[in-house]
Amino acid sequence: MTANSSENTIIRMFHVYKRYGAYAAISDVTLDITKNEFLLVSGPSGAGKSTLLKLLYFGEPVSEGQILVDGMNTSRISRKGIPFLRRMFGIIFQDYKLIPTKTVFENVALVLEVAGNKRSYINKKVNSVLRTVGIENKMNSYPPSLSGGEQQRVAVARAVVGDPKIILADEPTGSLDSESANVIMNLLKGFHIRGATVIVATHDKELIRNTNGRVIYLREGHLQHPSSTSPAMTL
Amino acid sequence: MIYVHRAIQDIKRNRFLHAVTIITITLSILIVSVFGLFWINVNSLMDTWKQGIRIIVYLRDNTSENEAKAAKNRIMEINGIQEVVFIPKNDALNRLKKQMSRQASLFENLRENPLPDAFDVRLELSAQEWKTIETIASKLSSLPSVASVEYGQKWLGRFMSIFNLFRLTGLAMCCVFFMASVFIVANTIRLLFYSRHEEFDIMRLVGATDSFIKTPFYIIGLIQGAIGGGVGVLILYILYTAIVSNVEQGFASYNFSIRFLSFKASMLIILCSMSAGWLGCYLSFKQYLDK
Repeated sequence: MTANSSENTIIRMFHVYKRYGAYAAISDVTLDITKNEFLLVSGPSGAGKSTLLKLLYFGEPVSEGQILVDGMNTSRISRKGIPFLRRMFGIIFQDYKLIPTKTVFENVALVLEVAGNKRSYINKKVNSVLRTVGIENKMNSYPPSLSGGEQQRVAVARAVVGDPKIILADEPTGSLDSESANVIMNLLKGFHIRGATVIVATHDKELIRNTNGRVIYLREGHLQHPSSTSPAMTL
Repeated sequence: MIYVHRAIQDIKRNRFLHAVTIITITLSILIVSVFGLFWINVNSLMDTWKQGIRIIVYLRDNTSENEAKAAKNRIMEINGIQEVVFIPKNDALNRLKKQMSRQASLFENLRENPLPDAFDVRLELSAQEWKTIETIASKLSSLPSVASVEYGQKWLGRFMSIFNLFRLTGLAMCCVFFMASVFIVANTIRLLFYSRHEEFDIMRLVGATDSFIKTPFYIIGLIQGAIGGGVGVLILYILYTAIVSNVEQGFASYNFSIRFLSFKASMLIILCSMSAGWLGCYLSFKQYLDK
Protein backbone atom coordinates (compact mmCIF):
# COMPACT_ATOMS: atom_id res chain seq x y z
CA MET A 1 0.00 0.00 0.00
CA THR A 2 1.42 3.39 -0.99
CA ALA A 3 1.81 6.32 1.41
CA ASN A 4 -0.77 8.23 -0.57
CA SER A 5 -3.38 5.49 -0.32
CA SER A 6 -2.67 5.18 3.43
CA GLU A 7 -3.32 8.89 3.93
CA ASN A 8 -6.51 8.55 1.96
CA THR A 9 -7.84 5.68 4.08
CA ILE A 10 -10.46 6.60 6.67
CA ILE A 11 -11.14 3.10 8.01
CA ARG A 12 -8.71 0.17 8.21
CA MET A 13 -9.64 -3.25 9.53
CA PHE A 14 -6.85 -5.75 10.27
CA HIS A 15 -7.77 -9.41 10.66
CA VAL A 16 -10.89 -8.55 12.62
CA TYR A 17 -12.89 -11.24 14.37
CA LYS A 18 -16.14 -10.99 16.29
CA ARG A 19 -17.17 -14.05 18.20
CA TYR A 20 -20.26 -14.80 20.29
CA GLY A 21 -19.11 -17.83 22.23
CA ALA A 22 -18.06 -20.44 19.69
CA TYR A 23 -19.91 -18.69 16.86
CA ALA A 24 -17.87 -16.28 14.73
CA ALA A 25 -20.06 -13.51 13.27
CA ILE A 26 -17.02 -11.90 11.62
CA SER A 27 -13.95 -13.91 10.68
CA ASP A 28 -10.59 -12.50 9.67
CA VAL A 29 -11.85 -9.42 7.87
CA THR A 30 -9.17 -7.11 6.54
CA LEU A 31 -10.49 -4.07 4.73
CA ASP A 32 -9.53 -0.51 3.82
CA ILE A 33 -12.17 2.12 3.16
CA THR A 34 -11.00 5.34 1.56
CA LYS A 35 -12.22 8.84 2.25
CA ASN A 36 -15.36 9.85 0.34
CA GLU A 37 -15.93 6.27 -0.78
CA PHE A 38 -19.44 4.87 -1.28
CA LEU A 39 -19.19 1.30 -0.01
CA LEU A 40 -21.94 -1.27 -0.21
CA VAL A 41 -21.65 -4.21 2.18
CA SER A 42 -23.66 -7.02 0.74
CA GLY A 43 -24.45 -10.61 1.59
CA PRO A 44 -27.33 -12.80 2.71
CA SER A 45 -29.10 -12.44 6.06
CA GLY A 46 -26.83 -13.53 8.91
CA ALA A 47 -23.67 -12.95 6.86
CA GLY A 48 -22.37 -10.41 9.40
CA LYS A 49 -23.17 -7.11 7.62
CA SER A 50 -24.79 -5.45 10.67
CA THR A 51 -22.10 -6.82 12.96
CA LEU A 52 -19.42 -5.30 10.73
CA LEU A 53 -21.07 -1.87 11.03
CA LYS A 54 -21.49 -2.30 14.79
CA LEU A 55 -17.79 -2.95 15.13
CA LEU A 56 -17.06 0.29 13.31
CA TYR A 57 -19.17 2.52 15.55
CA PHE A 58 -18.26 0.54 18.69
CA GLY A 59 -21.71 -0.90 19.13
CA GLU A 60 -19.80 -4.10 19.89
CA PRO A 61 -16.15 -4.56 20.85
CA VAL A 62 -13.96 -6.61 18.50
CA SER A 63 -12.89 -10.06 19.74
CA GLU A 64 -9.60 -10.00 17.85
CA GLY A 65 -7.83 -7.75 15.38
CA GLN A 66 -7.72 -4.00 15.10
CA ILE A 67 -9.79 -1.24 13.58
CA LEU A 68 -8.42 2.21 12.79
CA VAL A 69 -10.97 4.99 12.27
CA ASP A 70 -9.46 8.21 10.93
CA GLY A 71 -6.14 7.14 12.45
CA MET A 72 -7.60 6.21 15.85
CA ASN A 73 -7.17 2.65 17.03
CA THR A 74 -10.61 1.79 18.39
CA SER A 75 -9.27 -1.02 20.58
CA ARG A 76 -7.27 1.56 22.54
CA ILE A 77 -10.20 3.89 23.16
CA SER A 78 -11.40 4.06 26.76
CA ARG A 79 -15.08 3.74 27.64
CA LYS A 80 -15.25 7.52 28.08
CA GLY A 81 -13.81 8.03 24.60
CA ILE A 82 -16.48 5.98 22.82
CA PRO A 83 -19.09 8.82 22.58
CA PHE A 84 -16.49 11.03 20.90
CA LEU A 85 -15.66 8.28 18.40
CA ARG A 86 -19.36 7.86 17.64
CA ARG A 87 -19.67 11.56 16.81
CA MET A 88 -17.53 10.84 13.73
CA PHE A 89 -20.38 8.69 12.45
CA GLY A 90 -23.90 9.33 11.34
CA ILE A 91 -25.83 6.10 11.75
CA ILE A 92 -29.05 5.05 10.01
CA PHE A 93 -30.91 1.90 11.07
CA GLN A 94 -33.53 -0.21 9.35
CA ASP A 95 -35.88 0.33 12.34
CA TYR A 96 -35.06 4.09 12.40
CA LYS A 97 -34.35 4.19 16.16
CA LEU A 98 -36.08 7.51 16.69
CA ILE A 99 -37.15 8.60 20.17
CA PRO A 100 -40.97 8.42 20.08
CA THR A 101 -41.49 11.00 22.86
CA LYS A 102 -39.44 13.66 21.09
CA THR A 103 -40.56 15.66 18.08
CA VAL A 104 -38.85 15.34 14.72
CA PHE A 105 -36.96 18.56 15.45
CA GLU A 106 -35.86 17.34 18.91
CA ASN A 107 -34.73 13.97 17.53
CA VAL A 108 -32.50 15.65 14.99
CA ALA A 109 -31.33 18.38 17.38
CA LEU A 110 -30.21 15.75 19.91
CA VAL A 111 -27.00 15.08 17.95
CA LEU A 112 -25.97 18.72 18.18
CA GLU A 113 -27.05 19.04 21.83
CA VAL A 114 -24.92 16.03 22.71
CA ALA A 115 -21.94 17.71 21.05
CA GLY A 116 -22.54 20.86 23.13
CA ASN A 117 -23.56 23.23 20.34
CA LYS A 118 -25.33 26.53 21.01
CA ARG A 119 -29.10 26.74 20.74
CA SER A 120 -29.02 29.34 17.95
CA TYR A 121 -26.71 27.15 15.84
CA ILE A 122 -28.84 24.06 16.57
CA ASN A 123 -32.03 25.80 15.42
CA LYS A 124 -30.43 27.04 12.22
CA LYS A 125 -28.71 23.76 11.37
CA VAL A 126 -31.65 21.46 12.15
CA ASN A 127 -34.04 23.60 10.08
CA SER A 128 -31.60 23.51 7.18
CA VAL A 129 -31.15 19.71 7.31
CA LEU A 130 -34.88 19.06 7.64
CA ARG A 131 -35.37 21.20 4.51
CA THR A 132 -32.70 19.16 2.69
CA VAL A 133 -34.43 15.85 3.44
CA GLY A 134 -37.80 17.42 2.67
CA ILE A 135 -39.48 17.01 6.01
CA GLU A 136 -39.42 20.54 7.44
CA ASN A 137 -43.24 20.64 7.50
CA LYS A 138 -43.27 17.74 10.00
CA MET A 139 -40.72 19.15 12.43
CA ASN A 140 -43.21 19.35 15.30
CA SER A 141 -44.67 15.89 14.69
CA TYR A 142 -43.79 12.86 16.75
CA PRO A 143 -42.22 9.85 14.97
CA PRO A 144 -45.13 7.42 15.57
CA SER A 145 -47.40 9.74 13.55
CA LEU A 146 -45.10 9.56 10.48
CA SER A 147 -44.94 6.99 7.66
CA GLY A 148 -41.94 4.64 7.39
CA GLY A 149 -40.40 6.69 4.61
CA GLU A 150 -40.80 9.91 6.60
CA GLN A 151 -39.30 8.34 9.70
CA GLN A 152 -36.31 7.15 7.69
CA ARG A 153 -35.86 10.66 6.31
CA VAL A 154 -35.78 11.93 9.89
CA ALA A 155 -33.17 9.26 10.66
CA VAL A 156 -31.11 10.45 7.67
CA ALA A 157 -31.43 14.05 8.88
CA ARG A 158 -30.24 12.97 12.31
CA ALA A 159 -27.33 11.08 10.77
CA VAL A 160 -26.06 14.03 8.73
CA VAL A 161 -26.87 17.01 10.97
CA GLY A 162 -23.55 16.77 12.81
CA ASP A 163 -21.58 16.81 9.52
CA PRO A 164 -20.04 13.39 10.23
CA LYS A 165 -17.09 12.11 8.27
CA ILE A 166 -18.69 8.71 7.86
CA ILE A 167 -22.34 7.76 7.34
CA LEU A 168 -23.23 4.17 8.24
CA ALA A 169 -26.56 2.83 7.03
CA ASP A 170 -27.73 -0.59 8.14
CA GLU A 171 -30.42 -1.81 5.71
CA PRO A 172 -31.74 1.76 5.37
CA THR A 173 -34.37 0.79 2.81
CA GLY A 174 -35.27 -2.61 4.27
CA SER A 175 -38.65 -1.51 5.60
CA LEU A 176 -39.54 0.93 2.83
CA ASP A 177 -41.46 0.80 -0.43
CA SER A 178 -39.41 1.32 -3.60
CA GLU A 179 -40.34 5.02 -3.94
CA SER A 180 -39.28 5.84 -0.36
CA ALA A 181 -36.19 3.67 -0.79
CA ASN A 182 -35.17 5.72 -3.82
CA VAL A 183 -35.62 8.96 -1.89
CA ILE A 184 -33.38 7.67 0.92
CA MET A 185 -30.71 6.38 -1.46
CA ASN A 186 -30.72 9.65 -3.41
CA LEU A 187 -30.23 11.52 -0.14
CA LEU A 188 -27.28 9.30 0.75
CA LYS A 189 -25.78 9.79 -2.71
CA GLY A 190 -26.19 13.54 -2.25
CA PHE A 191 -24.28 13.51 1.03
CA HIS A 192 -21.60 11.35 -0.60
CA ILE A 193 -21.19 13.92 -3.35
CA ARG A 194 -20.78 16.58 -0.66
CA GLY A 195 -17.80 14.71 0.74
CA ALA A 196 -19.02 12.10 3.24
CA THR A 197 -17.83 8.51 3.27
CA VAL A 198 -20.97 6.36 3.03
CA ILE A 199 -21.12 2.70 4.02
CA VAL A 200 -24.40 0.92 3.37
CA ALA A 201 -25.15 -2.62 4.51
CA THR A 202 -27.83 -4.15 2.30
CA HIS A 203 -28.93 -7.39 0.68
CA ASP A 204 -31.10 -5.52 -1.83
CA LYS A 205 -29.72 -6.46 -5.28
CA GLU A 206 -31.77 -3.77 -7.02
CA LEU A 207 -30.32 -1.11 -4.76
CA ILE A 208 -26.78 -2.38 -5.39
CA ARG A 209 -27.32 -2.37 -9.15
CA ASN A 210 -28.59 1.20 -9.04
CA THR A 211 -25.79 2.55 -6.88
CA ASN A 212 -22.41 3.52 -8.15
CA GLY A 213 -19.96 2.36 -5.47
CA ARG A 214 -17.61 -0.40 -4.38
CA VAL A 215 -19.33 -3.56 -3.27
CA ILE A 216 -17.94 -6.03 -0.78
CA TYR A 217 -19.59 -9.35 -0.15
CA LEU A 218 -19.79 -11.13 3.18
CA ARG A 219 -20.66 -14.80 3.63
CA GLU A 220 -20.79 -16.41 7.08
CA GLY A 221 -18.62 -13.65 8.45
CA HIS A 222 -15.91 -14.01 5.80
CA LEU A 223 -15.09 -11.29 3.29
CA GLN A 224 -15.35 -12.70 -0.25
CA HIS A 225 -12.69 -11.56 -2.71
CA PRO A 226 -12.36 -9.80 -4.94
CA SER A 227 -14.54 -6.79 -4.19
CA SER A 228 -15.76 -4.97 -7.24
CA THR A 229 -17.51 -1.85 -8.33
CA SER A 230 -21.26 -1.94 -8.79
CA PRO A 231 -23.16 -2.47 -11.05
CA ALA A 232 -20.60 -4.88 -12.61
CA MET A 233 -20.71 -7.03 -9.48
CA THR A 234 -22.66 -10.18 -10.08
CA LEU A 235 -24.49 -11.55 -7.10
CA MET B 1 -29.06 25.14 31.16
CA ILE B 2 -29.91 22.38 28.70
CA TYR B 3 -29.70 19.86 31.55
CA VAL B 4 -32.10 21.87 33.71
CA HIS B 5 -34.46 22.19 30.74
CA ARG B 6 -34.36 18.44 30.15
CA ALA B 7 -34.87 17.74 33.88
CA ILE B 8 -37.94 20.02 34.00
CA GLN B 9 -39.33 18.45 30.83
CA ASP B 10 -38.92 15.04 32.40
CA ILE B 11 -40.69 16.11 35.57
CA LYS B 12 -43.59 17.47 33.47
CA ARG B 13 -43.73 14.26 31.46
CA ASN B 14 -43.80 12.01 34.55
CA ARG B 15 -45.83 14.25 36.87
CA PHE B 16 -47.48 11.51 38.89
CA LEU B 17 -44.29 9.59 39.66
CA HIS B 18 -42.45 12.76 40.65
CA ALA B 19 -45.41 14.01 42.72
CA VAL B 20 -45.49 10.78 44.73
CA THR B 21 -41.75 11.03 45.36
CA ILE B 22 -41.98 14.68 46.41
CA ILE B 23 -44.91 13.95 48.77
CA THR B 24 -42.94 11.15 50.41
CA ILE B 25 -39.90 13.37 50.84
CA THR B 26 -42.16 16.12 52.23
CA LEU B 27 -43.58 13.75 54.86
CA SER B 28 -40.12 12.51 55.82
CA ILE B 29 -38.81 16.06 56.12
CA LEU B 30 -41.89 17.11 58.10
CA ILE B 31 -41.35 14.35 60.65
CA VAL B 32 -37.64 15.11 60.92
CA SER B 33 -38.37 18.84 61.26
CA VAL B 34 -40.91 18.22 64.03
CA PHE B 35 -38.15 16.44 65.95
CA GLY B 36 -35.77 19.29 65.18
CA LEU B 37 -38.26 21.90 66.34
CA PHE B 38 -39.00 20.00 69.54
CA TRP B 39 -35.30 19.50 70.24
CA ILE B 40 -34.43 23.16 69.73
CA ASN B 41 -37.26 24.31 72.02
CA VAL B 42 -36.58 21.76 74.75
CA ASN B 43 -32.92 22.78 74.67
CA SER B 44 -33.93 26.40 75.01
CA LEU B 45 -36.32 25.54 77.86
CA MET B 46 -33.54 23.67 79.64
CA ASP B 47 -31.30 26.72 79.30
CA THR B 48 -34.04 28.89 80.83
CA TRP B 49 -34.39 26.49 83.74
CA LYS B 50 -30.66 26.22 84.26
CA GLN B 51 -30.39 29.98 84.56
CA GLY B 52 -32.65 29.79 87.63
CA ILE B 53 -30.76 26.97 89.29
CA ARG B 54 -29.68 27.53 92.88
CA ILE B 55 -27.98 25.08 95.15
CA ILE B 56 -29.22 24.79 98.72
CA VAL B 57 -26.56 23.52 101.11
CA TYR B 58 -28.01 22.10 104.36
CA LEU B 59 -25.70 22.13 107.38
CA ARG B 60 -25.44 19.46 110.02
CA ASP B 61 -27.35 19.89 113.30
CA ASN B 62 -25.41 21.70 116.00
CA THR B 63 -23.12 23.42 113.51
CA SER B 64 -21.61 26.34 115.37
CA GLU B 65 -21.56 29.89 114.05
CA ASN B 66 -17.79 29.68 113.48
CA GLU B 67 -18.12 26.41 111.61
CA ALA B 68 -20.85 27.97 109.44
CA LYS B 69 -18.59 30.94 108.67
CA ALA B 70 -15.72 28.63 107.80
CA ALA B 71 -18.04 26.62 105.54
CA LYS B 72 -19.17 29.82 103.81
CA ASN B 73 -15.54 30.82 103.18
CA ARG B 74 -14.78 27.37 101.77
CA ILE B 75 -17.85 27.61 99.51
CA MET B 76 -16.81 31.03 98.22
CA GLU B 77 -13.44 29.58 97.24
CA ILE B 78 -15.08 27.13 94.81
CA ASN B 79 -14.92 28.25 91.17
CA GLY B 80 -18.22 29.28 89.64
CA ILE B 81 -19.89 30.51 92.84
CA GLN B 82 -21.44 33.94 92.48
CA GLU B 83 -23.12 34.50 95.85
CA VAL B 84 -23.65 32.63 99.11
CA VAL B 85 -26.48 33.65 101.43
CA PHE B 86 -26.83 32.14 104.89
CA ILE B 87 -30.39 31.12 105.82
CA PRO B 88 -30.75 30.49 109.56
CA LYS B 89 -33.11 27.66 110.37
CA ASN B 90 -35.60 30.01 112.09
CA ASP B 91 -35.83 32.15 108.94
CA ALA B 92 -36.32 29.01 106.90
CA LEU B 93 -39.19 27.89 109.14
CA ASN B 94 -40.84 31.32 108.95
CA ARG B 95 -40.59 31.25 105.14
CA LEU B 96 -42.12 27.78 105.11
CA LYS B 97 -44.97 28.89 107.33
CA LYS B 98 -45.65 31.81 105.01
CA GLN B 99 -45.63 29.58 101.95
CA MET B 100 -47.93 27.09 103.68
CA SER B 101 -50.19 29.61 105.44
CA ARG B 102 -53.29 27.67 104.37
CA GLN B 103 -51.99 24.56 106.12
CA ALA B 104 -51.00 26.43 109.31
CA SER B 105 -52.43 23.64 111.48
CA LEU B 106 -49.52 21.44 110.45
CA PHE B 107 -47.13 23.64 112.39
CA GLU B 108 -49.26 23.95 115.57
CA ASN B 109 -47.87 20.88 117.31
CA LEU B 110 -44.30 21.48 116.23
CA ARG B 111 -42.15 21.54 119.42
CA GLU B 112 -38.83 22.27 117.82
CA ASN B 113 -37.64 23.55 114.45
CA PRO B 114 -36.95 20.50 112.22
CA LEU B 115 -35.20 22.53 109.57
CA PRO B 116 -31.40 22.86 109.46
CA ASP B 117 -29.36 25.99 108.85
CA ALA B 118 -28.59 26.35 105.15
CA PHE B 119 -26.76 28.31 102.48
CA ASP B 120 -28.47 29.55 99.35
CA VAL B 121 -25.71 29.27 96.70
CA ARG B 122 -26.09 31.11 93.38
CA LEU B 123 -23.90 30.22 90.43
CA GLU B 124 -22.14 32.34 87.87
CA LEU B 125 -23.56 32.19 84.33
CA SER B 126 -20.51 30.31 83.06
CA ALA B 127 -21.07 27.60 85.69
CA GLN B 128 -24.62 26.81 84.63
CA GLU B 129 -23.70 23.83 82.52
CA TRP B 130 -25.15 20.60 83.80
CA LYS B 131 -21.76 18.92 84.31
CA THR B 132 -20.37 21.96 86.19
CA ILE B 133 -23.41 22.09 88.46
CA GLU B 134 -22.87 18.44 89.35
CA THR B 135 -19.16 19.03 90.05
CA ILE B 136 -19.87 22.02 92.31
CA ALA B 137 -22.59 20.07 94.14
CA SER B 138 -20.19 17.22 94.72
CA LYS B 139 -17.54 19.61 96.12
CA LEU B 140 -20.14 21.17 98.42
CA SER B 141 -21.24 17.73 99.68
CA SER B 142 -17.70 16.90 100.71
CA LEU B 143 -17.38 19.90 103.06
CA PRO B 144 -17.25 18.80 106.74
CA SER B 145 -20.23 20.78 108.05
CA VAL B 146 -22.51 19.97 105.14
CA ALA B 147 -25.28 17.45 105.71
CA SER B 148 -26.79 17.45 102.23
CA VAL B 149 -27.04 19.42 99.01
CA GLU B 150 -30.23 20.03 97.08
CA TYR B 151 -30.44 21.38 93.52
CA GLY B 152 -33.39 19.56 92.07
CA GLN B 153 -31.02 16.88 90.91
CA LYS B 154 -33.56 14.08 90.97
CA TRP B 155 -36.19 15.51 88.65
CA LEU B 156 -33.68 17.43 86.54
CA GLY B 157 -31.51 14.33 86.17
CA ARG B 158 -34.54 12.27 85.20
CA PHE B 159 -35.65 14.91 82.75
CA MET B 160 -32.15 15.07 81.28
CA SER B 161 -32.03 11.31 80.74
CA ILE B 162 -35.49 11.34 79.11
CA PHE B 163 -34.39 14.27 76.99
CA ASN B 164 -31.19 12.50 75.96
CA LEU B 165 -33.16 9.38 75.10
CA PHE B 166 -35.53 11.50 73.06
CA ARG B 167 -32.61 13.16 71.32
CA LEU B 168 -31.11 9.79 70.42
CA THR B 169 -34.48 8.57 69.18
CA GLY B 170 -34.82 11.77 67.17
CA LEU B 171 -31.40 11.30 65.61
CA ALA B 172 -32.20 7.67 64.79
CA MET B 173 -35.52 8.76 63.25
CA CYS B 174 -33.73 11.45 61.23
CA CYS B 175 -31.36 8.80 59.86
CA VAL B 176 -34.24 6.44 59.07
CA PHE B 177 -36.25 9.10 57.25
CA PHE B 178 -33.16 10.39 55.43
CA MET B 179 -32.46 6.87 54.22
CA ALA B 180 -36.15 6.44 53.31
CA SER B 181 -35.96 9.60 51.17
CA VAL B 182 -32.75 8.39 49.54
CA PHE B 183 -34.32 5.01 48.82
CA ILE B 184 -37.48 6.52 47.34
CA VAL B 185 -35.56 8.89 45.07
CA ALA B 186 -33.27 6.02 44.03
CA ASN B 187 -36.30 3.93 43.17
CA THR B 188 -37.93 6.72 41.16
CA ILE B 189 -34.77 7.33 39.18
CA ARG B 190 -34.37 3.61 38.55
CA LEU B 191 -37.96 3.33 37.29
CA LEU B 192 -37.48 6.34 35.05
CA PHE B 193 -34.21 5.02 33.71
CA TYR B 194 -35.57 1.55 33.00
CA SER B 195 -38.69 2.92 31.33
CA ARG B 196 -36.52 5.00 29.02
CA HIS B 197 -33.54 2.74 28.45
CA GLU B 198 -34.21 2.55 24.69
CA GLU B 199 -34.11 6.33 24.50
CA PHE B 200 -30.78 6.36 26.32
CA ASP B 201 -29.40 3.63 24.03
CA ILE B 202 -30.27 5.85 21.06
CA MET B 203 -28.64 8.83 22.78
CA ARG B 204 -25.47 6.80 23.26
CA LEU B 205 -25.51 5.83 19.57
CA VAL B 206 -25.52 9.49 18.54
CA GLY B 207 -22.56 10.22 20.81
CA ALA B 208 -24.08 11.13 24.16
CA THR B 209 -21.71 10.81 27.09
CA ASP B 210 -22.82 9.19 30.35
CA SER B 211 -22.84 12.58 32.04
CA PHE B 212 -25.12 14.00 29.31
CA ILE B 213 -27.62 11.24 30.10
CA LYS B 214 -27.23 11.22 33.88
CA THR B 215 -26.93 14.92 34.75
CA PRO B 216 -30.66 15.67 34.26
CA PHE B 217 -31.44 12.84 36.69
CA TYR B 218 -29.16 14.39 39.31
CA ILE B 219 -30.95 17.69 38.74
CA ILE B 220 -34.29 15.90 39.12
CA GLY B 221 -33.05 14.44 42.44
CA LEU B 222 -32.01 17.90 43.63
CA ILE B 223 -35.32 19.47 42.52
CA GLN B 224 -37.32 16.73 44.23
CA GLY B 225 -35.27 17.23 47.40
CA ALA B 226 -35.61 21.01 47.29
CA ILE B 227 -39.38 20.97 46.71
CA GLY B 228 -39.93 18.16 49.25
CA GLY B 229 -37.76 19.91 51.86
CA GLY B 230 -39.25 23.35 51.19
CA VAL B 231 -42.84 22.15 51.36
CA GLY B 232 -42.04 20.11 54.50
CA VAL B 233 -40.64 23.16 56.30
CA LEU B 234 -43.55 25.31 55.05
CA ILE B 235 -46.14 22.84 56.38
CA LEU B 236 -44.26 22.75 59.68
CA TYR B 237 -44.40 26.56 59.84
CA ILE B 238 -48.16 26.55 59.18
CA LEU B 239 -48.67 23.93 61.91
CA TYR B 240 -46.39 25.91 64.23
CA THR B 241 -48.32 29.17 63.83
CA ALA B 242 -51.63 27.32 64.23
CA ILE B 243 -50.60 25.52 67.43
CA VAL B 244 -48.18 27.89 69.11
CA SER B 245 -50.71 30.56 70.09
CA ASN B 246 -52.61 28.00 72.17
CA VAL B 247 -49.61 26.31 73.74
CA GLU B 248 -47.49 29.35 74.43
CA GLN B 249 -49.78 30.74 77.16
CA GLY B 250 -48.83 27.76 79.32
CA PHE B 251 -45.16 28.74 79.14
CA ALA B 252 -45.67 32.40 79.88
CA SER B 253 -44.88 31.95 83.60
CA TYR B 254 -41.52 30.33 82.70
CA ASN B 255 -40.38 33.40 80.79
CA PHE B 256 -40.06 31.13 77.75
CA SER B 257 -41.47 31.37 74.25
CA ILE B 258 -41.65 28.61 71.62
CA ARG B 259 -39.37 29.38 68.69
CA PHE B 260 -39.57 28.23 65.08
CA LEU B 261 -36.52 26.87 63.31
CA SER B 262 -33.99 29.55 62.46
CA PHE B 263 -33.46 30.50 58.81
CA LYS B 264 -30.13 28.65 58.90
CA ALA B 265 -31.73 25.50 60.33
CA SER B 266 -34.51 25.63 57.72
CA MET B 267 -31.96 26.00 54.94
CA LEU B 268 -29.94 23.15 56.42
CA ILE B 269 -33.01 20.89 56.35
CA ILE B 270 -33.70 21.80 52.71
CA LEU B 271 -30.03 21.21 51.86
CA CYS B 272 -30.16 17.80 53.59
CA SER B 273 -33.29 17.01 51.61
CA MET B 274 -31.54 18.01 48.38
CA SER B 275 -28.54 15.91 49.28
CA ALA B 276 -30.91 12.96 49.89
CA GLY B 277 -32.23 13.50 46.35
CA TRP B 278 -28.74 13.64 44.91
CA LEU B 279 -27.58 10.63 46.92
CA GLY B 280 -30.63 8.61 45.85
CA CYS B 281 -29.78 9.33 42.26
CA TYR B 282 -26.11 8.51 42.76
CA LEU B 283 -26.88 5.19 44.48
CA SER B 284 -29.39 4.29 41.80
CA PHE B 285 -26.79 4.73 39.08
CA LYS B 286 -24.10 3.04 41.16
CA GLN B 287 -26.16 0.04 42.20
CA TYR B 288 -28.19 -0.74 39.11
CA LEU B 289 -27.19 1.24 36.09
CA ASP B 290 -23.41 1.45 35.96
CA LYS B 291 -23.00 -2.32 35.94
